[in-house]
Formats: sequence, C-alpha cells, structure tokens
Amino acid sequence: MITFNLNGRTVLVRSPDDTPLLWAIRDEIGLKGTKFGCGIGMCGACTVHVEGRATRSCITALRRVAGAAITTIEGLDPEGEHPLQTAWRDLQVPQCGYCQPGQIMQAASLLKDFPDPTDQDINAVMAGNLCRCMAYLRIRNAIKLAAKRMRERTVHE
Amino acid sequence: MLKRIVIGLVGVAILGLLGFSALAWRPAIAPIYPPAAASFPAELAAKGRALTGAGYCAVCHTRPGGEPLAGGYELRTPFGTIYSTNLTPDPETGIGRWSLEAFTRAMHEGVARDGSHLFPAFPYDHFTKVSDDDVTALYAYLMTRPAVSAPARANTIPFPLNIRALQEGWKILFFRSGRYEPDASRSAEWNRGAYLAEGLSHCGGCHTPRNPLGAEKARDAYVGAVIDDWDAPALTDANPSPAPWTQSELFSYLRSGASPLHGVAAGPMSPVIHAGLAALPDSDIRAQAIYFADIDHAAAREPAVQAAVKKALATSPLGITQDYDPDAHLYVAACIACHFNSGPALLTARPELALNSALTLPEPTNFIRIVLNGIAVSEGGPGLMMPGYASALDDAEIARLADYLRRTRTDRPAWSDVERRVAAVRQQAAASE
Repeated sequence: MITFNLNGRTVLVRSPDDTPLLWAIRDEIGLKGTKFGCGIGMCGACTVHVEGRATRSCITALRRVAGAAITTIEGLDPEGEHPLQTAWRDLQVPQCGYCQPGQIMQAASLLKDFPDPTDQDINAVMAGNLCRCMAYLRIRNAIKLAAKRMRERTVHE
Repeated sequence: MLKRIVIGLVGVAILGLLGFSALAWRPAIAPIYPPAAASFPAELAAKGRALTGAGYCAVCHTRPGGEPLAGGYELRTPFGTIYSTNLTPDPETGIGRWSLEAFTRAMHEGVARDGSHLFPAFPYDHFTKVSDDDVTALYAYLMTRPAVSAPARANTIPFPLNIRALQEGWKILFFRSGRYEPDASRSAEWNRGAYLAEGLSHCGGCHTPRNPLGAEKARDAYVGAVIDDWDAPALTDANPSPAPWTQSELFSYLRSGASPLHGVAAGPMSPVIHAGLAALPDSDIRAQAIYFADIDHAAAREPAVQAAVKKALATSPLGITQDYDPDAHLYVAACIACHFNSGPALLTARPELALNSALTLPEPTNFIRIVLNGIAVSEGGPGLMMPGYASALDDAEIARLADYLRRTRTDRPAWSDVERRVAAVRQQAAASE
C-alpha cells in the first residue's frame, strides 16, 4: 500500500508498488483526465505534476512517489479556470483533444520556470509532448496568451 | 639435524600462534541489566540522536522495511556478505547488556562486548576519532530506543576469514586507535567539519578507495571509489565537475540534496543526506562544507564558475536548435523537457547536464543507473524526482544518450563500451531487487 496526496486529498492505493502511477490514477482511483499514450514516457499524454513539476506518470513507479503531492488535470484548478485552460478555450486549441491534458500540465510547469517563455523555451520544454492533430502553433499561442495574462494578474495583485 | 630444524620450526610456529593469540585476545566486558530509559538525561539522548544522524547509523543498521536500528542490512563486501547487527537495547539480540564501557570499546577499538573482534565493515577506523562525550551521547540515544528482538543474520564470510581473532592482524596492519586531534592552525569550524567527516560521518568509507584487504588507502584519501555498484566521486580537486565544489555548493547539496551547479544526490548518497545528515544543525553542515571546500581547493577555482555556467548554458538548447541528429532526437523526446535551462541563472530544479556529476565522471555507471531507475521523491533534492527509463529505453538507446551527452555537453573523453555496461547495470539492478 502506498499513500500520496492527489489533488489535495490523501489517497491510499493497493496496486503493487512497481505499478505505474498512471494506472493507479486512472484504474484504481478512477480519474480519467490523464491519458495513456505510448507507455514509455515519449509522448507526454500522461503528464501529471509530482511536487508541482511535470512528470510522465506512465513510467513513474508508485513506490518512487510515496508521500508526494500529485496533481492531475482535474486538480490543476478547482473550477477548470487555470489561465492555460481559459487560453486553451479562447484560442480553440484542441482538435481531437487526447493529448491536451498532458500539454496543459506540461505548460503549467513550463510557466512556473519561465513566466515569459521564448519560442526556444517552449520548443524545449514542450518537445516531449506530441500532438498528432498538429495543434502545435495554437498550443504555442495559448501558452503565450496564458503567460501574458498570468503576468498581468501578478502585477495587479 | 633435519629433525631439529623441524622441531625448531614447529616450536616457533607454536610460539608465534600463542603470541598472536595473546595479542588478539580481548576480555569480555561483564553484561549489565539494561538500564531504564529514564536513567538517561533527555538532552543527552537528543544530542545522541543528532549524532546518529551524523554517522547515519540507521542507514546500515536497518534492513529495508525493518524496524529502525534493528540491523539485518546486507553489506556486500569483496569478502562476502556481512549483515549489520541490532543496535536497539534488546538484552538478547541487541546491545541491552552492553555497558557504556563495552559500547565505547566497540566504537574506539572495534571489539564487541564478548571480546570478539568486529569486522571493519563497521567503520571503527573512523569512529575511534569520536570523543568520549559524543560516544556517551550516542549510547544514551541508542539505549533509549524501543527494544526490538532481531537476531543477527549469519554472515557469508568464508573460512578462514571468518575467524574473528584474525582481525587482530588487520588491526596491526591498518588500524590506529586515537581520538581526533584538532589542528590549531585551522578555524574552529574547519576542525568541527574535519572531526565529523573523519570520525562519525566516515566519508572516506565510500569516497576513499580500499586496498586488497579492505583498508582505506590513506595516501589516496577521497580520490573516489566504487561503492554498492555506484561511483562515489572524488572529493579532492581531482573531481571532474566543470564547476568546483565550493562551500556554498557543498552546503546546499549536503543540506537539501541538490545543488545548482552539480545536480542532486542519488544512490547511496541519498540516505546519507535525507536519513542521516538531516538531523544535524546548519552549523555542522556548514562545518563539513568548509572542510571539504578546503580539501578540493575550491577557493582557487571559484573564478572559473561564471565561465563554466556560461559554457553549460550554451549547450542547453542543443537538440532543438541543431540539424537533425537521431541521438539528439532521442534526447529531445525523453530528456530536454526537464533538463533545459535558458538562463541567465541555472534553475536547481532543472539539473543542467553539462555541469552534472553523472556526466563528467570517468565512468558512465552513475549516469546509467540514474537513467534506468530514476530518482525517487524521497531521494534527490526537495520536490525533485525523475522517472526511471528501464522499461522505456533499451540498452542501445541509453548508450546513445550517454554518448551523445558526453560528446556534446562535456570536454571529457568518450566513455567506452557503454551499451554492454548498460546491460550489466540492468542485470545488477535486477539481481539486487
């Protein structure tokens, strides 16, 4: 049994301790926002935050995150109103949508480290998140829009 | 005539044996009734708690998943496996019947209460430097722990090496008993750091190579060694990191498990920091940082830091900016999202691989182990983890990553035969699980 904090609540999972975190989140806990893509950490669809940083949950064994604070797309913002989520809606980013939870979680981590990201910052940090619908240009624009709104909000507060 | 010579030789042999036995013999120290925990002053036990952290006693004296300090941890040595013993005050299986005198003799001389010699897997060659006052505090802490019944597991040291009396020979050759002597020409902080590092913290136990009989080579102190299938890097100026281990880097690393210019603790160093040194006050961590910053002559090399950081930052976007290269492509797919830095400062949470110890060491062992197994949340630095790629990348892919990063991020010569070594490390890891 492994316990960790998921989206602000303590959870206890009974899966074997070498189970990928993704399976525990989807199949045992039942939160389906985080997606299974490649299963080898190469596409980014399964991206969640561990201690506030983007991590590929499909190759993260449960025992390696015992006691950690984990956030999934469901917990990024209680109302689904994270600046990235509103920018995503405003710019109509997704097409099929499958990779988007992972894209948004990775982008949220990006903006913590690079509040005013350059194209190069975005290229590097988002490089591991694949989108088969080729929404990359809209993803880039939405990240920049969200970053701008977040910076303005910080100034006003 | 021949008969006389034979009788003479046998006589000399018998005398020699008797003489050695006399030298090797140590008296048993009378057993005591375990003293009540309340008989130890609380402040003394609290001081002992911090000191057991400095010596990370519980790291070796606790088996995975076992009761703290109850022993049973497997120490693999070139001579066989030694299982650590029970340090809780259980009268039958622990140290409950050990007087302070017996405990002190074990720490200072490597002799158990019953008079038998301890193997130097227990680093009494370092603990002999610990002051009587500190030994008394350690004793108070251990004797006030809950008693756990945990019989010792049988070691696998083969005959005749398992004859404990023979340890006397090892002691004659390699062991010098004696408390730490302060160096009057140095500051109190430096001496405090040296006292801890050379004594309780026994840093040389992993970072100094050993001779064929398992003794630390004094002349090669801290030049780095292999321990538990990891490379313990050099703590001298032979350390190949582009940025020197300055006092502030050492402090940050030993305190939190991460430093901006070197990366995070991994492997056997993780519990040293998180389950051991964590119990020490900042002043003791700073003292050790001062001591090792002196040993590696960091002050003289500090002006080179800015240039090293600038050079490292220039390599950080490689992969997304260069022409198509299949190795770079692998790096971009698997690694760059977390390791990219754009400056002007380096983010500790984004370990910059051009400066990372795992990439600059002479051997790829640590790099391979970290890529395969990742870094758990409980290891490394605060809030930092890395998933393991054992199920994601095959041996050839990890070898390509290693070679690519070594080639593009460091000035060091290429590692050799990396793919075969990935396979070997994978096997070791599977065998030790």
